[in-house]
Amino acid sequence: MPEVKDTAPQGAGAQPVLRLSGITKRFGGLTANDAISLDLKSGEILALLGENGAGKTTLMSILFGHYVADEGHIEAFGKRLSAGSPKAAIAAGIGMVHQHFTLGENLTVLDNIVLGTEPLLAPRRNTAKARRRIAELAEHFGLSVDPKRLVRDLSVGERQRVEILKALYRGARVLILDEPTAVLAPQEVETLFTTLKTMVAEGLSIIFISHKLNEVMAVADRVAVLRLGKLVGDFPIAETSKEALAEAMVGHAIEMPERKPQPLGPVVLQLAGVTLRNEQGKALLDELHLLLCGREILGIAGVSGNGQGALAALISGLALPDEGAFEILGQPVKETSPLAMQEHGVGRIPEDRHATGVIGDLSVEENLILEAAGSPRFCNLGFLKGGVIRRNAREKIERFDIRGADPTTTTRALSGGNMQKVILARVLSEQPKVILANQPTRGLDVGAAAKVQELLFEARAEGAGILLISEDLEELLQVSDRIAVLYQGRLSTPVAVEEADLKTLGLLMSGHGEFQRQKGAHGHAA
Amino acid sequence: MRLEPRAHVPFWLNITAPLGAVVLAFAFCALLILWAGAPIIPAYTALVKGAFGSTFALTETLTRAAPLIFTGLAAAVAFRAKLWNIGGEGQLYAGALAATYFGTGLVTLPPYLMIPLLFLVGAVAGGLLLLVPVILKLKLRVDEVVTTLLLNFVVLLFANYLLFGPWKDPLAMGWPQAAPIIDEGVLSPLVPRMRLHQGFIWAIAFAVFAWAFIRFTKWGFQIRAVGYNPEAAAFAGMPIGATVLRTALLSGGLAGMAGVCELAGLKGYLTLDISPGFGYTGIAVAMLAGLHPLGVIASAIFIAAIYNGADAMSRAMSISNYLADVLTATALLLVLASVLFVRFRPRLR
Repeated sequence: MPEVKDTAPQGAGAQPVLRLSGITKRFGGLTANDAISLDLKSGEILALLGENGAGKTTLMSILFGHYVADEGHIEAFGKRLSAGSPKAAIAAGIGMVHQHFTLGENLTVLDNIVLGTEPLLAPRRNTAKARRRIAELAEHFGLSVDPKRLVRDLSVGERQRVEILKALYRGARVLILDEPTAVLAPQEVETLFTTLKTMVAEGLSIIFISHKLNEVMAVADRVAVLRLGKLVGDFPIAETSKEALAEAMVGHAIEMPERKPQPLGPVVLQLAGVTLRNEQGKALLDELHLLLCGREILGIAGVSGNGQGALAALISGLALPDEGAFEILGQPVKETSPLAMQEHGVGRIPEDRHATGVIGDLSVEENLILEAAGSPRFCNLGFLKGGVIRRNAREKIERFDIRGADPTTTTRALSGGNMQKVILARVLSEQPKVILANQPTRGLDVGAAAKVQELLFEARAEGAGILLISEDLEELLQVSDRIAVLYQGRLSTPVAVEEADLKTLGLLMSGHGEFQRQKGAHGHAA
Repeated sequence: MRLEPRAHVPFWLNITAPLGAVVLAFAFCALLILWAGAPIIPAYTALVKGAFGSTFALTETLTRAAPLIFTGLAAAVAFRAKLWNIGGEGQLYAGALAATYFGTGLVTLPPYLMIPLLFLVGAVAGGLLLLVPVILKLKLRVDEVVTTLLLNFVVLLFANYLLFGPWKDPLAMGWPQAAPIIDEGVLSPLVPRMRLHQGFIWAIAFAVFAWAFIRFTKWGFQIRAVGYNPEAAAFAGMPIGATVLRTALLSGGLAGMAGVCELAGLKGYLTLDISPGFGYTGIAVAMLAGLHPLGVIASAIFIAAIYNGADAMSRAMSISNYLADVLTATALLLVLASVLFVRFRPRLR
């Protein structure tokens, strides 16, 4: 490592690189962190596991000086870290990679990395030296990225590498990664894990924040579990199991809903040779064939950006195919709009809850009628029926177990899982025949994800056909009846989930395998 | 000092924060009064007396508040839908022009029909004027901030042309003014021998109407939804274009009625100084009210009181009445800053 003094003594029994003692942080009545004490040893990957709202991010914000703890203190490399100063944290060798990147899109990689480390008044910039140093670091840790490129043009994985380089460039010996895999494709996750392992082999220490058990089991040496602000477990990874961690995280055993086989219903959605192009004429969907029946869940796997957005837009009523036939319940779709799709009996669960699913500034009762505000149920001669809307909200909150909400709560205040339940309540109570579920459990904790899956199973039992788009293969294997892979706008022949295996799907996701080209290859025996 | 998000906003803070900001604004301007060489307490006493201290002062303040309520509502309704209507001034003149056209002898009806007719034609003129930039925004993505602002000058110059040309009243001794509104169209005074007129009641009524419209109707719900998150509103199947057009008609209409209010209530005939920038001040009124239609009533009266009071203060203390502008501007800035403290808690280390 160039220019970084290794202050951490190595070997067994060494003093921890980072010691958090009795950290407590309250926000009003809420105790986000309750007397948390935690050590990070040199050369280890410590996973910080917990559901949304367990206090992981708060704890790391305190560590990095964004917040000041109400009680407790932090030692880095044996020295007391002054509270509330990111500068002190950086000087102490702590680097943070935020979940939402903090990069200047219009600057080059080099500028982003160097930003803030140069003297304010210097006659000229010593870019050659910085470039050499970045090249060294990049090569050393396998973080290849061209320093001359603009961040705007980088993929998400590359941006993350820039963030890590940024921390290393500032001499970080302890790296905190906040949900680093949330934005990555499976292959990129692999690459990231390799990088992390190289780094700890070099004597760096890493705190890896996650709520995904598989990843924690795969990469961590030790795992600390937070629940409702308290540290409820601290295990070496070898002495624990996924099940034990899940239980520690949630506080009780979680029962994942079980998929029960059901007779197929009639065809509800059909795409035959559908091509959809973007404004530049590039085919986002390329002669896609798809057949969805009632009472089935068709899982669409694939690395994001392979046409999922276009497929979702088509079924959401935001786009029409440029070529090919598009039928819902046997009716050809000639004109489209979100409203037209609702009238066709399509229920749509959008990918981004915050941006398109709900309106955060409106109340829960208002979000529950977002799609049906004009229907005679909720509206009379242009006036909203306040009483009916209030009763509707009470009933939905009860039936869909939307927690922390009364009808007038601002929707923004809800957790991701409860926000998703608001969307599901709105969509499913219209008894849709076709349901588009685009990443319905992304970012949700185990309990909320289980509830979402249970609701999808209920809709399936009532006869709906569900198109489930997800990047989480394990979820797809658990929930879907059939699985197909989307790759560069083309769909593989769907296979029954019993015949699907991770290896074949993984190969398909990287474009190796058979993709249907002609009509009739829908995967149904019929 | 650092800011931390508040998990819950205590109700009292929503009221005390803006009030505190106003108090701070007065404290800041006290320094300026001192600098101008006047004692603070007598100066502010003169201000309060000038705004509320007598029947005359109070009615003058409310007279001035009436058009501000209309233009404030126009801005509040539009900004709610994230439609940046900076053209309240032009729409005000458009309303006054339409009312002059219909109200100077073209039609003669009994007052209970004539007055609503004038408000209607004024509203239609204001609404149609705003429709032009909004259609350009929807069809060609032309920025409405620029177009609405520049339309103000177009309308003003058009009024100029009319008043120096075809509409010039031959009985006005050569002054550029139009013929007076016929007696049936004049808004009658509310208090004998004072200038306060029925227009104030119309303004209050429309504030209540705007509040109820936004709160209880489907269209109002759509205006709020589109304003907060157009993408989610579109995804839910709401008609974005139609909602924005409706908002434009409503907003432009309210600003147009401000012109009618001034024309038929105060001046009696159209001149080029019918509005000392009510259209622009309306934006400050709306922001000060947090875009709440009922809050607009309070903030319009507040701003009118400061302007009237500052005039009185400047006469009594012989200091500049520009202090009114400084005072409202400071109050507005501080109230906007106070919103930050409602959402976040300041912490010293």
